[in-house]
Amino acid sequence: MTEEKLIKELASEQKYEFGFVTDIESEQAPIGLNEDIIRLISFKKNEPEWMLKFRLRAYRHWLKMTEPTWAHVNYPKIDFQNIIYYSAPKQKKALGSLDEVDPELLKTFEKLGIPLYEQKMLAGVAVDAVVDSVSIKTTYKEKLAEKGIIFCSMSDAIQEYPELVKKYIGTVVPYTDNYYAALNSAVFTDGSFVYIPKGVRCPMELSTYFRINERNTGQFERTLIVAEDKSYVSYLEGCTAPMRDENQLHAAIVELVAEEEAEIKYSTVQNWYPGDFKTGKGGIYNFVTKRGICKGNRAKISWTQVETGSAITWKYPSVILKGDNSRGEFYSVAVTNGMQQADTGTKMMHIGKNTTSLIISKGISAGKSNNSYRGLVKIAKSADNARNFSQCDSLLVGSNCGAHTFPYIEVGNNTGKVEHEATTSKIGEDQIFYCTQRGIDEETAIGLIVNGYAKEVLNQLPMEFAVEAQKLLAISLEGSVG
Amino acid sequence: MLSIKNLHASIEDKAILKGLNLEVKPGEVHAIMGPNGSGKSTLASVLAGKDDYEITDGEVLFHGKDLMELAPEERAGEGVFLAFQYPVEIPGVSMTNFMRASVNAVREYRGQEPLTAGQFLKLMKEKQELVKLDGKLTKRSVNEGFSGGEKKRNEIFQMSMLEPSLVLMDETDSGLDIDALRIVSEAVNTLRSEKRSFIVITHYQRLLDYIVPDFVHVLSDGQIVKSGGKELALELEEKGYDWLKEEALA
Repeated sequence: MTEEKLIKELASEQKYEFGFVTDIESEQAPIGLNEDIIRLISFKKNEPEWMLKFRLRAYRHWLKMTEPTWAHVNYPKIDFQNIIYYSAPKQKKALGSLDEVDPELLKTFEKLGIPLYEQKMLAGVAVDAVVDSVSIKTTYKEKLAEKGIIFCSMSDAIQEYPELVKKYIGTVVPYTDNYYAALNSAVFTDGSFVYIPKGVRCPMELSTYFRINERNTGQFERTLIVAEDKSYVSYLEGCTAPMRDENQLHAAIVELVAEEEAEIKYSTVQNWYPGDFKTGKGGIYNFVTKRGICKGNRAKISWTQVETGSAITWKYPSVILKGDNSRGEFYSVAVTNGMQQADTGTKMMHIGKNTTSLIISKGISAGKSNNSYRGLVKIAKSADNARNFSQCDSLLVGSNCGAHTFPYIEVGNNTGKVEHEATTSKIGEDQIFYCTQRGIDEETAIGLIVNGYAKEVLNQLPMEFAVEAQKLLAISLEGSVG
Repeated sequence: MLSIKNLHASIEDKAILKGLNLEVKPGEVHAIMGPNGSGKSTLASVLAGKDDYEITDGEVLFHGKDLMELAPEERAGEGVFLAFQYPVEIPGVSMTNFMRASVNAVREYRGQEPLTAGQFLKLMKEKQELVKLDGKLTKRSVNEGFSGGEKKRNEIFQMSMLEPSLVLMDETDSGLDIDALRIVSEAVNTLRSEKRSFIVITHYQRLLDYIVPDFVHVLSDGQIVKSGGKELALELEEKGYDWLKEEALA
């Protein structure tokens, strides 16, 4: 479809009177969702025809689906026609200095130990020391390019590497997968794309942080990471700083493809606005589909997540263990406080022979929150000698919160071995008293105890991230006692 | 230094301490003995600030301050140390991290600069040697997988790190064999000083063979019913507690 034709078509519809195309300066698409909106998104992003077709197929499928209700969470029904699906990446109005930033936000930054320069970037202050950021960025880009590594936004990837994107997008999470995956496939606006060529070990942790200026934390992010044979990459997503966003619904997709003997390590720290502490109002709904496939033999995918934010988290990073001797790992700490609800866990699907998986889940509930672990371990008929070990621990702080475990196990091959261990404990008053008797105040004590409890998972995070995550856990539980 | 006057304390409306009086001067070692359920451990918990107990009457002055008004961490800062009868385990928290948080919190309360990592590790090493604590233990999680003796020795080690002026020892001898008892007692003895006072709560006289008290008090039904010198402990060992009750009734 040509641009002219599209403009004409859209202009003919009255509801677009104040819309996007007639007023070219406007940044937003009209409210609501229909095929024209999807055409608009695709047009605006100058996408090839196949991408638009993909989106439209996804949308048509989505229309036939119903919103899932099986998760252990409660929220008012979402009006999907009351969402703006496209906002042009517009520079936020830069603040003059840190003095103009919400002092509460600065206090949190300080507690997290985020360097001043980074604080400014996160708070949207115009950074004067640009030289640094430009040079860091150039250095890392050069370094990656030398090795043939591609690390860019999804939008750029669709333009610059359409063959790669076309080959892999939707192969791990098809749009038919679930309601939110279909929606994301229809309307995603951006995300990250990573490609590691054969035999290359990515020399640094790839972090969205490096892309902070390019990043448009969309409502519907889409990330795709492809690791060719014998390659390695560690990818960090998110940020310990509290992320506020006017978009309430976030439905992202992350797809990982690990070819033979490739290893992908994907770490997330999620700290979106959890909503009002007492009412839960205004918090983010985080409905994410994350899945990786160990396509080749001896491939390995490892998910590590520290989830402390969002009003509702609905997220099951999974691994399809297709290659023989491949391995999937899931390490998770999910903290809920106030009125937060989290239903999170993983799916390990064993298809190849001698595949192994490990699940370490640590749930921490405080306040009036609800924290559920939901996990599926499936051993297919073909998966001879598959092994899984799951450990799901829940820690309660106070007596008004809930912790739930929903393990699903399906074994279709009698050589499979699945072990599941679960514990529920309460932060002992005895433990707290032991600490306070040694001079440590109660909140610091809870931070210590909780970080000790979550250590196995935190140890999986890259060093610097782990330190911030530790502080984040302590901060997330502030005000949960007494 | 410590002055307990007419202390009444109860738990869930059940009165445990019923008018306890005790004066402790700097450098003194007071042993508190008495039958099960007489309120010995309650006294230690109340002084340290465990919030299960309600103070219904009386007062406790520590260096002239009203101790009962202070939070447990403030009492620690003031110099109160409780060697627990059952030290809890804190999985995943290394002894080193725990002690560093503890030492620096107490220093902050006392208006001292926090120790740098180097200074702190040096102090740890020094005190480990002083109380003969196996260096391996400080690398493990707090009390996790420690034997009974190791846990008790770890309490004494923490005491040496925090330099308290009042040490409450709650049945430190329970669960210790004779060798462990000797080692723990020797460590305590090296920490005795003119400025540091001890309240040693025990069931048995044998601990007092090693940690020789200045005074022995017998606690019965929430009150001190008899006080004396170290020879009182021997008398109790020989005669039990019943004769005291009879004496009280007579």
